[in-house]
Amino acid sequence: MRKGLAGVALAVLTVTSAFGQVSGDVVKLGVLNDQSGVYADLAGPGSVVAAKMAVEDFGGKVLGKPIEVIFADHQNKPDVATPIVNQWIDVDNVDAIVDVPTSSVALAVQEITKNKNRIHLNSTAGTSDLTGKACSPTGIHWTYDTYALANSTGKALTKDGGDTWYFIVADYAFGHALEKDTSAAVESAGGKVLGAVNAPFPNQDFSSFLLQAQSSGAKVIGLANAGGDMINAIKQAHEFGITDAGQRLAGLLVFISDINSLGLETTKGLVLTTGFYWDRNDETRAWSKRFAERNEGRMPTMVQAGVYSAVAHYLKAIAAAGTDEAKAVMAKMREIPVNDFFAKNGRVRADGRMVHDMYLVQVKTPAESKYPWDYYKILRVVPGDEAYRPMDQGNCPLVAK
Amino acid sequence: MFEMLGISPQALFGQLLIGLINGAFYAILSLGLSLIFGLLNIINFAHGAQYMLGAFVAWYLLAYVGIGYWPALIVTPLLVGLVGMATERLLLRRLSRLDPIYGLLLTFGLALVIEGVFRHVYGVSGQPYAPPASLSGGYRLEFMFLPKYRAWVVVVSLAVCLGTWLVIEKTKLGAYLRAATENPTLVQAFGVNVPVMVTATYGFGVALAGFAGVLAAPVYSVNPLMGSNLIIVVFAVVVIGGMGSILGSIITGFSLGLVEGLTKVFYPEASNTAVFIIMAVVLLLRPAGLFGKAA
Repeated sequence: MRKGLAGVALAVLTVTSAFGQVSGDVVKLGVLNDQSGVYADLAGPGSVVAAKMAVEDFGGKVLGKPIEVIFADHQNKPDVATPIVNQWIDVDNVDAIVDVPTSSVALAVQEITKNKNRIHLNSTAGTSDLTGKACSPTGIHWTYDTYALANSTGKALTKDGGDTWYFIVADYAFGHALEKDTSAAVESAGGKVLGAVNAPFPNQDFSSFLLQAQSSGAKVIGLANAGGDMINAIKQAHEFGITDAGQRLAGLLVFISDINSLGLETTKGLVLTTGFYWDRNDETRAWSKRFAERNEGRMPTMVQAGVYSAVAHYLKAIAAAGTDEAKAVMAKMREIPVNDFFAKNGRVRADGRMVHDMYLVQVKTPAESKYPWDYYKILRVVPGDEAYRPMDQGNCPLVAK
Repeated sequence: MFEMLGISPQALFGQLLIGLINGAFYAILSLGLSLIFGLLNIINFAHGAQYMLGAFVAWYLLAYVGIGYWPALIVTPLLVGLVGMATERLLLRRLSRLDPIYGLLLTFGLALVIEGVFRHVYGVSGQPYAPPASLSGGYRLEFMFLPKYRAWVVVVSLAVCLGTWLVIEKTKLGAYLRAATENPTLVQAFGVNVPVMVTATYGFGVALAGFAGVLAAPVYSVNPLMGSNLIIVVFAVVVIGGMGSILGSIITGFSLGLVEGLTKVFYPEASNTAVFIIMAVVLLLRPAGLFGKAA
């Protein structure tokens, strides 16, 4: 009897504790990404830096408990990522998994975090399935997705006179999804798709495919690929004088690190969509310069800035919820608008989509660029509601139709 | 006839020309591999990494020392060749009496280490390297725009391939080389320093890879993975041409480039596989390769 009473008393104390509840007496964030492979430059160690900055800026503590950031390399392989995530959650008491590039890996992590009630803050994976059929009550897709990229770039270029398109498609799920989404956007804006060529993935030499795109006579060549493939395609398009002859290139997934590695002479004029640009206003510049100091002088990509924003918002939500229990924190994350250097009045929807403005930008010419990393001019701010897929069209099971 | 195939003659000739250009890279790389295999009996899996090294050295020279493309074309192969000679002296020599599989494993390991280090230090998005000013721009042909730089690649590759072939087939040095591959002990007995020749040959083969790397730098991004992407195709070229056959690798290199170019017109999805299908067929019909001598 006495024992029972004590138990009840303890339970009451626990629930009503003014200090809130933090499992394991520490809030642990696990940054899971590619530390040395194809996506290491655009996320990689830079994302770890961004997460650590968010923690430091928050004061290093939440609800009186320390915040810890750990990281691991998933090598872009779901079978490498899965045991790491299980270990993190089951043994190391990690509360949130952060970053997670590569769509296939992100989908695996989404599944585990859903089943084990942990939070998945995804900034880098592209697939819009994360808020579609694979959506999770504890998953948030923060920075961009394939739908938003295709929709903004596709529509904008079509309306700007680029009403005929030809696609060079990386021959796997990601490339085909980008092609499909962009074709729909182009056609809805009154444009026409003249054709597409499926290039093997990965591929070094795009000259043949570019030649086919050139002879199609399309006004815009859409590059439905990413990373090294995209870089080689752009480099060779420049070599073959395709842009000088009047055809435009549309990069459907381009990071500022790609532009840096290609150089402006090669990329000038390229139109693309991004979720963040470091040189947009005083606030973004201030943060980005702090970031660059800690990232070997390299300015943040949109996904690295997104990692900071997501982590900062997550910590705020823990403070507001008074616990680090995933569902309670998620409720707060949905409730509080996202207002920081990254997003203004962003909001987390029920399907996990963080809706915020996107930016349609054009790459500057070498003459227009005045200082290092001065790469983009912003053509248009695409309002979040226009950029992202309406919630009822994603087939997310969490959203009642 | 072209219309029947659903393709314009313009596009076809364009693709053939591009195939020839890619073939130039295949030829020059497989030539080095063949040389090394012919004399050292080593299947040099590090060839791709050495090619990547060539591109990176050219980039270093430009970015940090201010040495441009033209001097780099000479300096880089020398440097990369020296690295190759050191590798032969320190590592490969110790395996010379063993089964060739050990050489393959060692060079494969080396390739992984070299690529891993570069990937760790430079990431994978690659470094920019522009073609020299005198070779930028291009010619507007009837059927396509031919970048000057690519035309140059074909010409210089052909010249290097022919030069190498001439040295090996028509000079005294080449005769020693060929003799040493047949019977090293006997050639040594005639007073020829075979170990030095072996080191030099490996160095030259590696230098060829470095040279191809410099040629490739302005076309592909200078990227730690550029070698591993190409090396498998190049091995297929060597096998189709006949292991160790110099002429075989040159001719096969160029012609497989052409075949690949054609595949990209008719069925692009298969363009990465076409070479391997040909390899399978050739090996079934002629197990020693097109120009190889049956063992």
